[in-house]
Amino acid sequence: MKKKKRSRLLFQTAVFLASVVIYIIPFYFIILTSCKSRKEAARLDLAWPSRWQFYENCRKVFEANNHMVVRALGNSLIITVCSVTIIVLVTSLLAFVIQRRDDRSTRAFNLLILAGLIVPSSIVPTYWVLDMLHIAKTMVGLVMVALNISFATILYRGFMGSIPRAIDEAAIIDGCGTGRLFLDIVFPLLKPVSATVAVVTTLHVYNDFVNPLYYLPGAKNATIQLSIYNFSGQYGSDWNLVCADILLISIPVVVMYIIFNRQIVDGMVMGSVKG
Amino acid sequence: MRQMSRRPKKKEKIYRRTLMIPAAVIYIIIFIIPTFSSFFFSFTRWTLKDWEWIGLDNFITFFREPSLAIGVKNTLFYGFVTCGFKVVLALFLALLLTQGWKMEGYLRTLIFFPTIISTMAVGLIFKSFMHPSNGIINQALSLFGIGKVYWLTDKRIAMFSVAMVDVWQGLGTATLMYIAGIKAIDHTYVEAAQIDGADVWQRFKYITLPLIRPAMNSVLILSLTGGLRNFELVWAMTKGGPGFTTDLLTTVIYKQYANGLYGLSTAGNVILFLLVSLIAFPVYANVTRKEEVY
Repeated sequence: MKKKKRSRLLFQTAVFLASVVIYIIPFYFIILTSCKSRKEAARLDLAWPSRWQFYENCRKVFEANNHMVVRALGNSLIITVCSVTIIVLVTSLLAFVIQRRDDRSTRAFNLLILAGLIVPSSIVPTYWVLDMLHIAKTMVGLVMVALNISFATILYRGFMGSIPRAIDEAAIIDGCGTGRLFLDIVFPLLKPVSATVAVVTTLHVYNDFVNPLYYLPGAKNATIQLSIYNFSGQYGSDWNLVCADILLISIPVVVMYIIFNRQIVDGMVMGSVKG
Repeated sequence: MRQMSRRPKKKEKIYRRTLMIPAAVIYIIIFIIPTFSSFFFSFTRWTLKDWEWIGLDNFITFFREPSLAIGVKNTLFYGFVTCGFKVVLALFLALLLTQGWKMEGYLRTLIFFPTIISTMAVGLIFKSFMHPSNGIINQALSLFGIGKVYWLTDKRIAMFSVAMVDVWQGLGTATLMYIAGIKAIDHTYVEAAQIDGADVWQRFKYITLPLIRPAMNSVLILSLTGGLRNFELVWAMTKGGPGFTTDLLTTVIYKQYANGLYGLSTAGNVILFLLVSLIAFPVYANVTRKEEVY
């Protein structure tokens, strides 16, 4: 028995060490490199910096290209807030009808929504449609494209299923119309899933690189992910600055992860399981 | 429940269809119209303002031109390799993380963490790790006397290197999905099997594995479709290089779009659409059927 215990301890230690090497070192590297001088950072190693210059590196990142990072952060913030607001309003309504009303039209639409989770979107035709609506290369267009309706609808629909219909019926008997029923009764009950949708959408939109690349080109309009990409193209050999940039732009996400850990994990796991 | 769904339709009237309109309009604009029109435009030479019907020319070009056709091959390779690794490794990790270890919480947080960092950032950092002369990976290998490996510039392994970074980043979600599946297993099954004298392997094979089948299927579909549609990681790390050896369909679509060949780019999109549908929907249908049995 004792021998078994020891071998288990040994195994656990091995797993722990492996986790450090595989998962901690990359993040340790980012933090360390962002504190180094250009020359030391170019060695790409894990040596301790001879002089700590994290603050200086950050200032350089902020000042690069006429404060591109600040502008990009502003843009990303606007796009994120708009798309989160719209998606919560619009998909909660959609899921409300799809889940409660079981007829041919809702079932058909439900299938179309599911398909959106699997099928890749068509790039140039989307651009063409946005262009016809005169919203290509604008923030409005990007917000539209950023709306991941399929994902949010599936989360909402799943949760809506757990709200008993008896509640609706009681409200109807008490004289609620459609509007009051949704706004005063159902929507407040959806709060937990609304939080999950909001948090996960924020992460998706903030971390998205592809949509801004296609639908919001131009350095002036850059969003946060485009800004790191451009920055790394321009300062490719200044690893200290690239790492400082990555560190800075990851701070909002990490803070969100700490605060909304449960919602993020739930959203990513649930959304995919139900899909 | 069944009785409820048989209720007269009158009552459902309160759930007005008009409430679907806002979401439906957005979905039609950004998804349905583009998807359907892509089939038409893939047969044209297209400048956004004007189009000229050229039949199958785009598709012929796509499969004749080696720099384009390689995208199909690489996309399949990338999709199946990342999916295979995630399905197997995540299962193994999930089994480890449900043993009641003290460091479970720590490990779970740790492996999920890369998921929330942007793929662009992950790609750039790993590009530095895979630097042939200074990169951390080769520095570490040199301690064991292994010479330089050209992770991203050797044509034979570049695609695989990128795929491994994808696995590194995506393992967390897959593992958590498995963990949710394992935790949902009724404890009495395991206890009963233990009393009957089933060993660890038998308990895994006859209890855990069949019961986490739904979770495994979700991991399978999610990672497969995710892998087939990947763009960011390859773009961050290799941009399709060296040569065209790591070009995926998505990067080919981007390159042709940047070249202004919109018809050709859209043809690439249609091929990707067909590829994902042909692979994912049968798996999906199969999965939902299997789930009903259990």
